[in-house]
Amino acid sequence: MATATAPVDERIATTSTLTRLMKRPEIGALVAAIVIFVFFAVTTDTFATPAGSSTWLRGASTIGIMAVAVAMLMIGGEFDLSAGAITGFTGLVVGILTTEYGLNIWVAILVSLALAVGIGVANAVLVMKTGLPSFIVTLGTFFVLQGIDLAGTKALIGQVAIQGMADVPYYDQAKKVFGSALEVGNMTIYASVFWWIGVALLATWVLLRTRAGNWVFAVGGAQQSARQIGVPVLKTKIGLFVTTAVAGWLVGMLLLFTTSTVQANTGVGQEFIYIICAVVGGCLLTGGYGSAIGAALGALIYGMVNQGIVYSGWDNNWLRAFLGVMLLGAVLLNEWVRKKAEASR
Amino acid sequence: MSNDDQKTPDNIAGVEPLAPPAQGTAIIQVKDIGKRYGNIIALSEVSTSVRAGEVTCVLGDNGAGKSTFIKILAGAHEHTDGELLIDGIATTLSNPRAALAAGIATVYQDLAVVPLMPVWRNFFLGSEISKGVGPLKKLDVDEMKRITKEELSAMGIDLRDVEQPIGTLSGGERQCVAIARAVYFGARVLILDEPTAALGVKQSGVVLKYIAKARERGLGVVFITHNPHHAYPVGDRFMLLRRGKSIGDYPKSELTLEDLTSMMAGGAELESLAHELSSIMGEDSTVAQEMKADLNVTETKA
Repeated sequence: MATATAPVDERIATTSTLTRLMKRPEIGALVAAIVIFVFFAVTTDTFATPAGSSTWLRGASTIGIMAVAVAMLMIGGEFDLSAGAITGFTGLVVGILTTEYGLNIWVAILVSLALAVGIGVANAVLVMKTGLPSFIVTLGTFFVLQGIDLAGTKALIGQVAIQGMADVPYYDQAKKVFGSALEVGNMTIYASVFWWIGVALLATWVLLRTRAGNWVFAVGGAQQSARQIGVPVLKTKIGLFVTTAVAGWLVGMLLLFTTSTVQANTGVGQEFIYIICAVVGGCLLTGGYGSAIGAALGALIYGMVNQGIVYSGWDNNWLRAFLGVMLLGAVLLNEWVRKKAEASR
Repeated sequence: MSNDDQKTPDNIAGVEPLAPPAQGTAIIQVKDIGKRYGNIIALSEVSTSVRAGEVTCVLGDNGAGKSTFIKILAGAHEHTDGELLIDGIATTLSNPRAALAAGIATVYQDLAVVPLMPVWRNFFLGSEISKGVGPLKKLDVDEMKRITKEELSAMGIDLRDVEQPIGTLSGGERQCVAIARAVYFGARVLILDEPTAALGVKQSGVVLKYIAKARERGLGVVFITHNPHHAYPVGDRFMLLRRGKSIGDYPKSELTLEDLTSMMAGGAELESLAHELSSIMGEDSTVAQEMKADLNVTETKA
């Protein structure tokens, strides 16, 4: 009965597409993104031009990849404050291994990937075995990584940024994958934008159409119940932390090969931006509810406002105030949605 | 898990891997069963049976040993004394999985549901049906929704939309989804841990109806409760526990509701309580007077 559909109940009036859309967690972010796009497109000259949009799309893309991974983790009921530091850490590992020690670039990339997976597993095991909140555990990992990034880099290469990356053999190969750009008329679409779209679609597929996705919602929504009913909780959480760490690695590579350098403090301070994007995209701070596409849209909003403020000639710092307002608005909206969803009749 | 590609026949009765035996056959028999934790005797000399198509009620006050008894049947704890016979064979259930494999499913008070997830996702959580191969393997959403709706309506629960979060259902309905889920995934014996404890009068009635429904479908039901008024209408057999000991195991034919109520209330214990209260609060206090009046009523009934 492959074609069997759920029987239609006569008591449900045919819901319009609009009504069904309104129930999705990402609807708020979608509306906000459209409003913000229209606002800057009308008030500034450059925002909606091909060249202008290339810039904010690129800015949104790397944040977006992380926001999607962090959103999955949040749906699974956990936080990862080390997510930002991992982007810098993996980039630095590749940069130092190739420029300072002459390691083959692809080998270095694989080494950094393995390290990222290791950090993800360590985060997960620490959280699950100790029963401590992931907020605290990953805050620890965050500081450890930040320390290694800054002190380690200075100790090994005597500088705080990677130099001479472009001269490394096979740099062009890796740049093709992570740092190239596609020219469409006046518009430059960076590789990271395609990665961003790919990651968001993949995450949505996993969350909504696979068993693993079902388990992510379950462990975030009610961990004890999920365990009782036979969901492999530890495996699911390890998978989520590793996914976040690997996303951090991917963004580390994208940053490294787009700009051909990486700073020792790259990614520090970004971890909360990811969480804000995920929340704006409809994720609950308490877990069990949210959307990957929503988080991608949250990052789009961030990217647009970040660049729109520049095009408008306003003080850059207004971005912070705006983020705060967005976050509060999103949290209130999400909380209202959750109450409606959870309320007993 | 191995049941990834488990094909589910449309015929509901054929779903159970272990079909329930004929009406009245004993599925579980316990003989003088007991549980000791070191030198603490939590349960001793308990005997009863669970039969296909019958409801065995386990009654007792808080601390009477009800949870220890369920834990033995559910495989959470092994018994230390006596015998547990499943289909006539002496068995020790060493973990919940073993109990499930024997067709014994337990619905705990917290129901093991995820409130924010849709009803159908909750129904299949941990045993999802997938289709396709390799990386393209995906959940068979339509099929799962269809089965959920069908199974729930077979239990007499008529949901408008299985897509709604299970948290939006009433407590009784949630209980029923949990029961329907256990039945669908092959339970022959259903252990219900105080399913009506947190519910109002009307909702309790709804749950009792589903217990009767499960019995009709040929399942053996173990109904744990401290409320004789809930137990009596649906029960076929009543086992009473007090202070870790069985104070009787009766078929319905040998027991009236009044008997059950007075045994539950524990005439002697109440009397001593009344005595204690009157010595603290004075012989003429309203509480003591009311208590005595109540006692006289139960005694004349018994």
